[in-house]
Amino acid sequence: MKNDMINRVISADYELGFETIVNSDTFPKGLNVEVIKAISKKKDEPSWLLEYRLKAYQKWLKMSEPSWANLDYEKIDYQDISYFSAPKKAPGSLDEIDPSILETYEKLGIPLEEQKLLAGVAVDAVFDSVSVKTTFQEELEKLGIIFCSISEAANKHPSLLKKYLSSVVSSSDNFFAALNSAVFTDGSFVYIPKNTRCPMELSTYFRINALNTGQFERTLIIADVGSFVSYNEGCSAPSRDERQLHAAVVELIALKDAHIKYSTIQNWYPGDENGKGGILNFVTKRGICQGERSKISWTQVETGSLVTWKYPSCILKGDYSVGEFYSVALSSLAQQADTGTKMLHLGKNTKSTIISKGISALRGRNSYRGLVRMSKNATNSRNYSQCDSLLIGSKCSAHTFPYQEVRNSSSSVEHEATTSKISDEQLFFLNQRGISEENAISMIVNGFCKEVLQELPMEFAVEAKALLNVSLEGCVG
Amino acid sequence: MLDIKNLHVNINDKDILKSLNLNIKPGEIHALMGVNGAGKSTLVKAISAHYDCTVNSGSITYKTKDLLKLDTAQRALEGIFMSFQNPVEIPGVNNMYFLKTALNEKRKHNNQEELNAASFLKLIRKKMSQFNLDEKILKRNLNEGFSGGEKKRNELLQLLVLEPDLLLLDEIDSGLDIDAIKTVAAGINSLLDGKRSILMITHYDRMLELIKPDFVHILSEGKIVKTGDHNLALELEKTGFEGLGVKK
Repeated sequence: MKNDMINRVISADYELGFETIVNSDTFPKGLNVEVIKAISKKKDEPSWLLEYRLKAYQKWLKMSEPSWANLDYEKIDYQDISYFSAPKKAPGSLDEIDPSILETYEKLGIPLEEQKLLAGVAVDAVFDSVSVKTTFQEELEKLGIIFCSISEAANKHPSLLKKYLSSVVSSSDNFFAALNSAVFTDGSFVYIPKNTRCPMELSTYFRINALNTGQFERTLIIADVGSFVSYNEGCSAPSRDERQLHAAVVELIALKDAHIKYSTIQNWYPGDENGKGGILNFVTKRGICQGERSKISWTQVETGSLVTWKYPSCILKGDYSVGEFYSVALSSLAQQADTGTKMLHLGKNTKSTIISKGISALRGRNSYRGLVRMSKNATNSRNYSQCDSLLIGSKCSAHTFPYQEVRNSSSSVEHEATTSKISDEQLFFLNQRGISEENAISMIVNGFCKEVLQELPMEFAVEAKALLNVSLEGCVG
Repeated sequence: MLDIKNLHVNINDKDILKSLNLNIKPGEIHALMGVNGAGKSTLVKAISAHYDCTVNSGSITYKTKDLLKLDTAQRALEGIFMSFQNPVEIPGVNNMYFLKTALNEKRKHNNQEELNAASFLKLIRKKMSQFNLDEKILKRNLNEGFSGGEKKRNELLQLLVLEPDLLLLDEIDSGLDIDAIKTVAAGINSLLDGKRSILMITHYDRMLELIKPDFVHILSEGKIVKTGDHNLALELEKTGFEGLGVKK
């Protein structure tokens, strides 16, 4: 019977699992006040930032790891992780970057040499704990756009950083956000000035290379009045038997009439089919629509990591502001994803849309968790949520946890959910038209995710489709 | 083209086909008739390697190849096309993309160059205008929300694009009005070049007038019990299966 066939295709090799041998400067394992001071010193940070870190650390010590998510994993030993790793040569111009790192990014399909770049995409590349290179920086500067690493912003744009850092995600927001606030190493900083449309896609590529290190990046994007920016992030890591921690914080601020589009392709190493190795991915992403008619759109394609805990959210504060969340989460092998969003409607006539597509295969576990809150003052506000789950095979599972709180009578909240299986009948039909099993499955999955994939910028959508196909290889059988 | 010998097929451990023999030569049209449950659909499914069917014994030779060694997709690439009584919906998959992928898989298999989007569109427009098919059907998702008639027209479109060598038509006329039946029949007839063969299941004599069979077989309890020409179908129309001595 074909059901057995479905139980065979997602064990294809993780193509980005190579390791780069580079002479690096890595802190010994462990976390304490001295380590935090050392990180701050490495980055030559202003004293207020060190204080911010230390305060967050004190708060973190009093917090405990959340356990409400539908995730099972061995307890993380926070003293068994190194909190900083950097290639030894100080990065700067291309000539100064270790050639093996440049090679790594080329293998990942991200050549850093400007002339080779696709026109219209500026890249910030983060290798372990430091930003290696930000391209097109000068060109963007002419428009007053700031696109640099967060370490650079701490020195060059301290007032902006000080004003907005933790303005959306406080350093005691949750356990992982507090940890990140204490030890964050690098990430991107973006500022788009008033009435400016950022002329190119901004991208950050995160790469975990060193063994036993965690990656704690911090990203902050500020879109001033009437501006627009589209920002993309991609991630990968070597295949290792040891689990690695990734705990990032991303904050977005959209002022009046501003629009931020944030797209993620998360492809961290997922571990093997028995759950050995893989990245533990605990991410806090939140944006605030501060001004009237502002808009924040989150689009994510989550195919990697052993464990994903992630809820990109929108605070809809400005009247007529709009929040969107489009998500594809694929859990195969022994992967577990607990992901979704929060749409917090504060302003009047605010609108939010949630489209979530969860795909589970092999022993994957996929949970959608979402909160829609209409506050008392959010009159005439609307939400539409659609959560669809697709199961491939019979050992995987899909779960949906929608929460709704409506505190005024003029607002409306709609929720639709479906769960379906790739049926033998669908596969047979496509096979009978000459399309192989693997291609048939990827065709069905791509069709299932269509509404989300079409939200991605063109090149990203192509990458996402390819990634879904690779992740699905070997899951039918 | 197709040579079936002593075929025994099970579905869910139940014997459906019992020692069935059938030979179809290039260019021949064979009609398969019989009471419900006689095994007509099972035969068509077994030729396509449907997941319901287990072949216990016997052989199927197709163009000198041992068909039983090939999987569904390989059989399709070798030129076997099975029409579905009620084709399944595949949400979100654009119909034109599906058709283009299917055609290009076949072209790859035949060592032909794959068609790009522009030349494919040109090809499909030509085929559609020949048979008055509405182009809107291309933009929609594969069978999603299609009416019964639209699904059958879409099956015809796939036939016209894929140009198979052996057509297995399982009640392609069911649920269609007379005009639509004529369109479908005209499409199928346009493919007949003296080399392509058809094995069709139908209850409807009208279909046999539009697509004239060379042979009519009556299937009963998993075996072919009577074979004749078109006159056998006419006789059946008059007397019914019982009149012909076929067990219900």
